[in-house]
Amino acid sequence: MVDKKLEIKGLNIRFEDVRALKDLSLDIYKNEILSVIGPSNSGKTTFLRALNRLNDLEDRIRMEGTILIDGRDIYGQMEPEELRKRVGMIFALPIPLPLSIYDNIAYGPRMSGLRERKRLDAVIEKSLNEAFLWDEVKDRLHSSALKLSGGQQQRLCIARTLALEPDIILFDEPCSGLDPISTSRVEDSMIELKKTKTIVLVTNNTKQAARVGTRTAFFLMGDLIEVDRTEKVFTAPADQRTNDYITGKFG
Amino acid sequence: MLKKIKEFIIERLIFLSGIASIVFVLLIFIFLLKEGISIFKTVGLFDFLSGRFWYPISDPPKLGILPLIMGSLLVTLGAVVIAVPLGIASAFYIAEVASPRVRDALKSCVEVLSAIPSVVLGFIGMVTLVPFVKALFKIPTGLTAFSGSIMLAFMALPTIISISEDAINAVPRQYKEGAIALGATHWQTLYRVIIHGAMPGVIAASMLGIGRVIGETMAVMMITGNAAVIPTTFLQPVRTLTATIAAEMGETVRGSEHYYALFAIGIVLFVISFLINVTADLFLHKDKR
Repeated sequence: MVDKKLEIKGLNIRFEDVRALKDLSLDIYKNEILSVIGPSNSGKTTFLRALNRLNDLEDRIRMEGTILIDGRDIYGQMEPEELRKRVGMIFALPIPLPLSIYDNIAYGPRMSGLRERKRLDAVIEKSLNEAFLWDEVKDRLHSSALKLSGGQQQRLCIARTLALEPDIILFDEPCSGLDPISTSRVEDSMIELKKTKTIVLVTNNTKQAARVGTRTAFFLMGDLIEVDRTEKVFTAPADQRTNDYITGKFG
Repeated sequence: MLKKIKEFIIERLIFLSGIASIVFVLLIFIFLLKEGISIFKTVGLFDFLSGRFWYPISDPPKLGILPLIMGSLLVTLGAVVIAVPLGIASAFYIAEVASPRVRDALKSCVEVLSAIPSVVLGFIGMVTLVPFVKALFKIPTGLTAFSGSIMLAFMALPTIISISEDAINAVPRQYKEGAIALGATHWQTLYRVIIHGAMPGVIAASMLGIGRVIGETMAVMMITGNAAVIPTTFLQPVRTLTATIAAEMGETVRGSEHYYALFAIGIVLFVISFLINVTADLFLHKDKR
């Protein structure tokens, strides 16, 4: 539990005049789920998108500070494509490509040059198993991914990310459009994945953070207010504002 | 009560404005048909379309528009080959690669390009491109289908670029981010995801560009040489359907066979443009579904 997977030091992010993140320093440990909670505009998503350099796509963004993965600077010592294969991301809206289930998951490995049928088959079965989707789709791998339900599509997106064998996975409000049963499936797969991977979960659902988070971080207006073990944050928060947020006084 | 009457009048006025364009199109088409159809009393439709000679003032006149159709198609084909790849590549550059400052500059340039009157383009082509083509290929005249294609490509470019760019920008941002987050490079994202999503719009843009080219008159009349023979290469003078109407309408006797034949050419052009627009529309609607 003391192994640092990610070290974030003095991270400042600005969108033109707006300061989205203010002097953020935070360590994320191996095999934990760090839940990030906070009202909208608190910088949660900006933080997440800094971790796989998706913020690079924005023209008007300025960033200072360093982010290290296993001691390597992701902005100085890594190519963004290499980084993004190691740091997978799941979005709020599942976006399957208009291809078959099989081809959706094979997309990433094929892009990295894997062509051999047997090995692809193995990767696909393994990824679907880890995303808790295999049993539901094993008989129709070659039908269109767009025919799946919303919850299944989200798990397909998780499987697609897993096929690249990342060691860190970022979830950006992965259950915001899902019903409770689909949500619990996604949460089950997160808890299972924690055994081998490191997870950062941004969520608007404080109950979800309480259910799955090893630790919880509370963001407000670009500041990290507190971060601690989930039980501690939810039972005896150190800061009054955290208490107000999780008890529903604002947000 | 007064309010109700006011509402009624406004509704009617808007309705009239709305159907005005439909009425105009119908009227134009009826007029074209009425004037053009008479020619088929003396020349059969098949002979008119496939006749190899256009000698409208010989006696008896020979009214075959195959050389004109071939001329139009050849010039259009050349323009398409030049403008479509260039326009699409340019649209991708503007929408996906260029920095914001370069993007703005390029977009204004494209707008300026579309604002240049065709007679000016024709004139510039006549004094610069035509002598250049003549010297380059060592041919007796530079007034060729090839020169026409190049100038027409310039006119099709703004249409192709701006409509393709809209189609590219309309590809949902999430598709792009999804691919990037899976470790795709910018080029892989462009090539496997964005082109896929923008394809119907890009095809529609190309069709509209073609429509613009085939209906263009002034520039082609000035630089294609206007020889009504069936072309065999790009490096010889051709005459297009549009240039024929523009050049000869002033000299015909109203009500003569020649006069009707020019209207019939108008019908042929109308049908061609109509088909191109319908095809473009099909692709645009496919995009929306």
